[in-house]
Amino acid sequence: MDHKEYDQLAETLKPVGHKMKNAFFAFIYGGIIGILAQGVLEFFMNVYDISQKEATPMMTITLVFMSCLLTGLGIYDKLAQKAGAGTFIPITGFANSMTSSAIDSQSEGLIMGIGSNMFKLGGTVITYGIVSSALLGVIRYVITLFG
Amino acid sequence: MNYLLAFLFSGFICLIAQLIYDHSRLTPGHITSLFVVLGSFLDLFHIYDRLVDIFHAGALIPITSFGHSLMHGAMAATQEYGIFGIAMGMFDLTAAGISAAILFAFLAAMIFKPKS
Repeated sequence: MDHKEYDQLAETLKPVGHKMKNAFFAFIYGGIIGILAQGVLEFFMNVYDISQKEATPMMTITLVFMSCLLTGLGIYDKLAQKAGAGTFIPITGFANSMTSSAIDSQSEGLIMGIGSNMFKLGGTVITYGIVSSALLGVIRYVITLFG
Repeated sequence: MNYLLAFLFSGFICLIAQLIYDHSRLTPGHITSLFVVLGSFLDLFHIYDRLVDIFHAGALIPITSFGHSLMHGAMAATQEYGIFGIAMGMFDLTAAGISAAILFAFLAAMIFKPKS
């Protein structure tokens, strides 16, 4: 059996019913994180009497903190097994990937371990976020110059 | 009402991501990168700003918001500093999230032991 046949066979044996369930759980968990974020956002807006725009970084910091804590306690990864995209798409997933990379590379030391491996999984988001924003930004800037 | 809208939009983005994940060979790394690029694209014509106005935290919490914030900060700085503004303003809006993630990830690595 060559590679292609094997892939085809593997494709037919994939559980199909799970996909609907996965999508449902991703929706629910992703939505719950959205509700939590909204609660934190409104809390800061009321407490400091500021606009949504000003409260946004505070909300982000709070959720990132929660995510790092839950990752350290091993809870976030348990949630992620069920929630799938519901936990890796929110910003908490980014914090989770950085924290788990940092914790998993403890044995390699402070510099070569934690320091250099922290962005191992999460770094791609920053890289492509900046590359795409820079490219699109230059295009938009040039258009505004002539437009 | 705001809570319902936040739930629906955040859930909807995650649902799309999960469908892509289950129907392709892309890893979470691929999908998050794709969504960040999509977010920075949607800053065009202030589309994403409108989504934030409607769905509030529901649009702020998915990773697409990260791409949008990078792009938004970069474009805002070009008005003052020209082409250099793209690099100078890139992190203006996302600094809080990234700094917090680095700091708390480091602290977590100091405190917690790996579980496997």
